[in-house]
Amino acid sequence: MPERTISLTVNGTAHHATVETRKTLADFLREDCVLTGTHLGCEHGVCGACTVIINGDAVRSCLMFAVQAEGAEITTVEGLAPAGELSPIQEAFRAEHGLQCGFCTPGFVVSVHAYLAEHPQPTHDEILEMLSGNLCRCTGYQGIVRAVERAAHSMTPNP
Amino acid sequence: MKPAPFEYHAPDTVADVVALLAEHGDEIKPLAGGQSLVPMLALRLTRFEHLVDLNRVAELDGLRRDNGSLTVGATTRQATIERSELAQAVPLLARAAPLIGHFQIRNRGTVGGSLAHADPAAELPAVALALDAHMEIATNAGRHTVPAADFFVGTWTTSLEPDELLTAVQFPVWDGRCGFVVDEVARRAGDFALTGVTAGLQLDANGAIQRAAIALFGMASTPVRAPAAETALIGSHPDPAAIREAADLAVRDLEPPDDVHASSTYRRSVGRHLVERSLTRALDEAHHA
Repeated sequence: MPERTISLTVNGTAHHATVETRKTLADFLREDCVLTGTHLGCEHGVCGACTVIINGDAVRSCLMFAVQAEGAEITTVEGLAPAGELSPIQEAFRAEHGLQCGFCTPGFVVSVHAYLAEHPQPTHDEILEMLSGNLCRCTGYQGIVRAVERAAHSMTPNP
Repeated sequence: MKPAPFEYHAPDTVADVVALLAEHGDEIKPLAGGQSLVPMLALRLTRFEHLVDLNRVAELDGLRRDNGSLTVGATTRQATIERSELAQAVPLLARAAPLIGHFQIRNRGTVGGSLAHADPAAELPAVALALDAHMEIATNAGRHTVPAADFFVGTWTTSLEPDELLTAVQFPVWDGRCGFVVDEVARRAGDFALTGVTAGLQLDANGAIQRAAIALFGMASTPVRAPAAETALIGSHPDPAAIREAADLAVRDLEPPDDVHASSTYRRSVGRHLVERSLTRALDEAHHA
C-alpha cells in the first residue's frame, strides 16, 4: 500500500506519522491521533459529523486525505475548550438541549465555532442555512437552532 | 467506504502536473477540492492508480482582473469567491457561489473542480456557459483555451482529455446598465438544484436590451443556453407578456430529466417560472443600474 510521512498540528500538538495515502483525515484523527470526538456518519461528505477546522475553516475531514493536511493546523472538537471545560458554544448546546443521542454533535459544535468566528451575529435565517450542512437524525434541530442563538448572544460583548 | 489504494503526487508547478498527466494518462486524476471526487472514490464509483493533488500549485489559485475579463484560477475556493471584492465584477459568479453546497463544502470546493466535474445540476457550469467563458487548459505540449459552449459534453463529462489540465477560467466582465440573477429550486438549502437559471441582461442607451444571456441547469445532461429566448429579447423593451413569452421559448425544446425528486414536467414548469422571475428581476436591476 502506498504510504507517506506527514507532519501536522492537531489542537496545538505536533503529530508526525506515516500513513496510507488513501487514509482520510477523519480516520487519521480517530485512529492515529486517538481523537475519537470526530465522528464518522456517512463517510462521503453528506452528514457533517466529521467536521473539523483546518487553518481556520470548517471542512469535512472525510473528504480530505491525511496526506493533504501536511503542514496544516487542525482543531477538532477536543480542542475547542480546555479539558474538563465547555466552550460557550458547548455550554449553549447543553443549556438548550441541542443534542439527543449526541452522535452528530461534534460536527455541529465545530461548524458553529467556525461560523460564529466569522459571523458573530447571524440572523435566524442565516443560522438555519448555516446548519443545513449538518444532519441530526434525532431531528432535534429546534434545540440546536436555539443553542446557536444563545451562543451568539452569550459571545457578543456587552456594549 | 474507503477509497482503493492510490499513489499520491503533490507537485507545486503546472509543468509538473501536466507531466504526470502525460505519463499516466487515464490512470491518473487531478484532485482539487475533492468535494465530488473523494465521495466518488469512497463509494468506489471510480478509482485511479494515481491522484495528483493541485492544492500546492500556487499558480492555480486566485483571481485576476484583466481588460474585459476576470480570470479565476482553477483551485480558487468557492468560499474565496464569496468573500472576494474582485469577484463582484462578475455578478453571476459572485451570486452563484453561495448557492453551492454548504459553507463547509465551499471552504474546500474549487471553481475549476466544479467546472471539470460538470454535474448537470451545478451552478458554475451554467454561469460559464451563460457568459461565454473561456477555459484555460494546459498540457505537456502547451496551453490553449476552449469556449464554455464546447467544454460541457454530458453528465460529468467535459471535453478535457486525460492529459489536459483546466488551469483557469476567463469570465467576461459586462459594463454599463446590467442586471444579473441566479435562482434555483432545491429541496433544501445546499442540495443539488432540481432546476436553476442564470440570467444576465444589458441595456443600451435607450433602455432596450442589447445583450441577453440565459442558461438553465438541472434541465439536461449539461447546462443549456436559451438562444431563442435571448434572440426574442434583444432589441426590445419587454413588458411582462414578452418576458412570459421568452420564458416559454427558453424551455420549449427541453426534455428535462425525470427522477424521484421531480418529474420532467415539474422541472419544465419550475424552469419556465424561474426564467420568467429571473428576467423580471434582472430587467429591474438593469433599469436601476
